Amino acid sequence: MLASILAQVPWQAPTIDYHAIAPEIVLAAGICLIILVDLFVSESKKWITASLTGFVLLGALIPVLTLAVSDPDARSLFDGRYVIDEYALTLKALFLIAGYVVVLLSQNHVEEGDYYQGEYYTLLLTSLTGMVMMGSSRDLVSIFVALEFLSIPAYMLAAWRKRDRKSNEAGVKYYLLGVFASAVMLYGMSLLYGVTGSTLLSEIGRQITVEGDFGGVHALAIVFVVVGFAFKVSAVPFHTWAPDTYEGAPTPVTAFLSVASKAAGFVALVTILYVGVPQAKDVWQPFLWVLAALTMTVGNLLALRQSNIVRMLAYSSISQGGFILMPLAVAGTGDAAGPALQAVVVYLLVYAAMNLGMFAVVIAASRTTRSGEISSFGGLFSYAPGLGVLMTIFLASLAGIPPLGGWIAKFAAFRAVLEAGNGWAYGIAVIGAINSVIAFGYYGNVMREVWMKPAPNGETRAVATPTSLVAALTITAAATLLLGVLPGTVLRFGDLADLVGAFGR
Amino acid sequence: MEVLRDQNWLLTVGTFLPLVGVVVMLFIPKSDEQSHKSVALITALATLAIGIYTLTQFDFDQADKLQFFADAEWIKVISSNYTIGLDGMSLPLYILSMIVTVLVMIYSWDHIPSPGNPKAFLSLMLILQTGMAGTFIAQDLILFFVFFEVVLLPMYFMIGVWGGEQRQYASLKFFLYTMFGSALMLVAFIALFFKVRGALPEGVEPSFSIPMLAEYGGLLGRSAQIWIFAGMFVGFAVKVPMFPFHTWLPDAHTQAPTQGSVILAAILLKLGTYGFVRIAIPILPEGAREWAPWIGLLSVIGIIYGAFGCLAQNDMKRLIAFSSVAHMGFVMLGISTLTPMGFNAALFGMVAHGLITGMLFFIAGSVKERYHTLEIARLGGMLKQLPKLGWILGFCAMASLGLPGLAGFWGEFPAILAAYSPAPGLSEEVFRVFMVIAALGTVFAAAYLLWLFQRTAFGEPKPEFSGGHGHDGHGHDGHDDLHDVNTYEWIAWTPFLIAIVVFGVYPQLMFKIFDPAVSVALKAFGG
Repeated sequence: MLASILAQVPWQAPTIDYHAIAPEIVLAAGICLIILVDLFVSESKKWITASLTGFVLLGALIPVLTLAVSDPDARSLFDGRYVIDEYALTLKALFLIAGYVVVLLSQNHVEEGDYYQGEYYTLLLTSLTGMVMMGSSRDLVSIFVALEFLSIPAYMLAAWRKRDRKSNEAGVKYYLLGVFASAVMLYGMSLLYGVTGSTLLSEIGRQITVEGDFGGVHALAIVFVVVGFAFKVSAVPFHTWAPDTYEGAPTPVTAFLSVASKAAGFVALVTILYVGVPQAKDVWQPFLWVLAALTMTVGNLLALRQSNIVRMLAYSSISQGGFILMPLAVAGTGDAAGPALQAVVVYLLVYAAMNLGMFAVVIAASRTTRSGEISSFGGLFSYAPGLGVLMTIFLASLAGIPPLGGWIAKFAAFRAVLEAGNGWAYGIAVIGAINSVIAFGYYGNVMREVWMKPAPNGETRAVATPTSLVAALTITAAATLLLGVLPGTVLRFGDLADLVGAFGR
Repeated sequence: MEVLRDQNWLLTVGTFLPLVGVVVMLFIPKSDEQSHKSVALITALATLAIGIYTLTQFDFDQADKLQFFADAEWIKVISSNYTIGLDGMSLPLYILSMIVTVLVMIYSWDHIPSPGNPKAFLSLMLILQTGMAGTFIAQDLILFFVFFEVVLLPMYFMIGVWGGEQRQYASLKFFLYTMFGSALMLVAFIALFFKVRGALPEGVEPSFSIPMLAEYGGLLGRSAQIWIFAGMFVGFAVKVPMFPFHTWLPDAHTQAPTQGSVILAAILLKLGTYGFVRIAIPILPEGAREWAPWIGLLSVIGIIYGAFGCLAQNDMKRLIAFSSVAHMGFVMLGISTLTPMGFNAALFGMVAHGLITGMLFFIAGSVKERYHTLEIARLGGMLKQLPKLGWILGFCAMASLGLPGLAGFWGEFPAILAAYSPAPGLSEEVFRVFMVIAALGTVFAAAYLLWLFQRTAFGEPKPEFSGGHGHDGHGHDGHDDLHDVNTYEWIAWTPFLIAIVVFGVYPQLMFKIFDPAVSVALKAFGG
C-alpha cells in the first residue's frame, strides 16, 4: 500500500553538493566514531575521546576553509533551504573553533570529575552539529530541526553533574523553559506558514510585504518567533533560566551555553529577520528595541549584585546579549541593515573569544581557590600573576576598553545604530553608552579583588594549570588582543552583502 | 593639507618602544627587582633618546605642518586609518611625556611604593607612556580614542594597588568618571563622522582623519555642531577636569602613589585640554563659538572654586590637587577665548603646569616619606630641618602662583590678557568679567600657596618630629627618616627645576613652536 502512495508522488532525488555539506558529514562521522571508540577503550584510556573530538572539530574546519576559498558564489541546496554563503561559513568556523576551545576547557574538568567522558563528547559534538547546520538553514523547518538538534544535547549537558542538585536544577530549568520557548516559536512558525503557504524563508519574505494584506496574524506570528529566540538568547524578560542554569551546569558547559548556544540563537534570529521578514520591520523593530534596552539594563543591574563569579558572568552575558540586539533594533532603518549585520557577526566573534577566555581563566583559577565566590579570587595577581593578568585582559575586553577585542564589538554596534540616525537610534545609543559604563562596576569589582585584595586564608600556592587549559587561554587571549589591535581582520567577516539584499526596497 | 612625510617611522618607534620593555620584563622573574628597574629605566631612556632625535629632526620653520606624517591602512571597513603626525602643538607635550616618564623611573629607583612588586608597577608605567605618547601623535579620531583609553587601566591599577588608604574608592571613581566621558565622546566621534560624510563634496573620501575633518567639519549645520561639541566637551572636560566634573581629581591625586600623581598631573590632565585644541575646536568652529562663553564661565568658576578648595584643605597633597583644578581653569579660559594668544597661553600653561605641579607632587611624596604624614598642621619648620627640600618647595610654590620669571607666569598672564579681547563673535563684556575674576584668582593662588609654604616650612619644627635635634639615637618615630634631598631625588628633580627657570626667562622658546600650529587650528576664527 505504501508503495502505491509513494508511486503517486512524483519524487526526484535532489542533487546534493557533497562539498558544501562536508563539514556536517565530518561531524556526523565523528559522532559515530566517538561512540564506537568509547565502547572499546578501557576506563583509563577514555581521554582518547577528548582528543578525538578535538581532531574531528579541526577536521570539520578544513572543508569550511576549502569552501571559503573555492568559489565566491553561494552554494544553495534543496531549493534554497540550505545555503552555504559567506555568512554561513563565517559562523560555522566560529562554532567549530569555539567548540574546540570548549573541548580544551572540558578535558581536565570532565576527567577529574570522573564524568562520562565518551557520552559527554558525543553530546557536545551533536550540539555543535546542530549549530553548524543553523548557520546554513534558510527554511523554517530546517531552522527548527537545527535548533532542537543543538538544544537537546545541551539540556543533558547542563545536568551532567548527576549527583549535584544544583546541576539537576540547571538541567530541568533549562529543559522546561527551552521546550516552552520552542513551543511558542513553533506556534509562530505555523502561523507564518499558514499566512504565506511556504516554509522557505525567501518565499515568506516575498509574501510578507507592507503593501499586502498585513494583519494581526502576521504580526503575532513574527512576535512569537522572536519571543522563542529571545528565550534562546536569554533576553530580558525571558532570561530567568540563564543564571540558575549557568551556575548549576559544569563550568565548561556554561562556557559552551553562554557562547556557542547563544550565538546559534542569534544566528537563527538574524536569518529570519533578514531573509524571512525584512519588510515587516515596523513590527519587530520596536519589539527588539524594548528587548535590547531591557536586556542591557536589567542584565547589568543584576550583575552588579552578584557575589558568585559564574552568576555574575551569566548576567554579564545577558547584558552583552542586549548589545548584540541593539543594532538589530534599528536594522531596518535607513542604510543600517549592512552595518547592523556586520555588528552582530563581529560581536559574536569577539564575544566568543573573550567570554570563552574568561571562563577558561575562571576554571584555571578555581583549581586553586576551590570556590566560585568572587571574593575567593582575592590576591590572585600576587600568587598567580599570569592568571591575574589574563583575567584582567578578558574583563577589560568584556567591559569594552581599547585596545582589547571588546571595544571593536561595541564600536561596531554603536556605529550601526548611529548609521540609522533617527530618534529611536539615538535613544538606544545613549542607553547603551550608559550601560557600558555601569558594566565596568562589576567587571572592575573582580579586577579589584584580583589586584588589590589580599588572598583569603593566606593561600599563596597556585595549582598548576594543565596544558589543555593553557592552550585554551593562549588561543582566546591571542584572539582577544589581535581583534582589538587589528580590528580590520574581523570586521571583514561582517561584510555580508548576500543577506542584506532582502532589505532592498 | 600639506604634510611632511620624512622619517615617518620615528613616531611609531617612539610610541611603541616602551612596550618592547614590557615584553622583556615579562620574561624576567618577579623577584629580580633590580633588573626590572634597569630594564624599565633603559627603555624609558631609549624612548627619550628617540624623542630627542625627533626634536632635532623637527623642522621648526614649518611647525604649522604635520611632520613625520604616516598614514597606513588600519580598520578599512570603518574608514579609520593609522594616521600619525606631529606639529608644533603636540611636539612639546609628546616630548614632555617622555621626559616625565624617565624622571619618574629614576625617582622609582628607591621609591617603589608599598606593596612593592616593581615588575608590575614599572610595566604599567611603560604601558602608560605608550598611551600618552600615542594620544599626542594620533591624527585619526578612532586611533586617538584607543590611545586615550589605553592610559585608563594602568592608572586605575596604579592608584588602586599602590595608592593610599582610600585607594579602591579613588581608583574606581577615577575610572567611572573617565569612562563615562569617553563613552559620550565616542558617540560624538561617530556622529561627527556620519554628519560630515553627508556634507562632503564630491570626490573626498570620508574618514576619521583629524586634518580632513578639520577642513570640512565647518560644513556642518549649527545645531549639529552644537550637539556633537557637547558630547566631546563632556569627554574632554572630565579628563581636564573642569568644574563640575572635577570631583574625581582630589581623590585620585590624594590616593595615588607619588609617581602616579606626577604622571596624572603632568600628562594625563593634558589629554583633555589637548583634545579641545586639537579636535573639538578646529573641527567644530560653530559649536565652539556657541559653547565658548560657557566654557569660560566654568573655567573661572574652577579657578575660584579651586582656590577656595585649597584654602580649606589640611592635607598637602589634596591642596596641590585642588590647585590643579584652578590652574586647569586658566588653561581652559585661554582656550575658551578662541584667540591665538589664548591658545598659546593654554598650551604653555599645560607644559608649565605639568612641570610645576608634577614637581609639587614629587615634593609631597618625599615629605610623606619622611614625616609619614601630609597633614599641614603637623608639619612645620621644614626650612630648619630639611632646608633643601624646604627651599625647593618654596621655589615651586612661587612658580605655581605665577611669579614672573618662572614658567607658571606665562600660562596665566597671557590667558588673562587674551580674555580682554576674545575672538570675533564672542561677547567682550562677558569675557572681560571673566578676566577680572581670573585675575582675582591669581591673588587667591598666591594666598593659598604662600600660606601652605608658611605653615609647612617656616617656624620651628613640630615637637613630634624634632626629638633630640640631631642623631643621638633616641628620637621619636620617623626621626631616622628625616634626611634631606637624596641623590635620586636630585637627579629626578633638577631637570624640572631647570626647565621651570628656562621657560620662565625665555618663554619664546616654546611660543615660537606653538604659534604657527595654533594659527592653523584657529583659521576658522579668522585668527
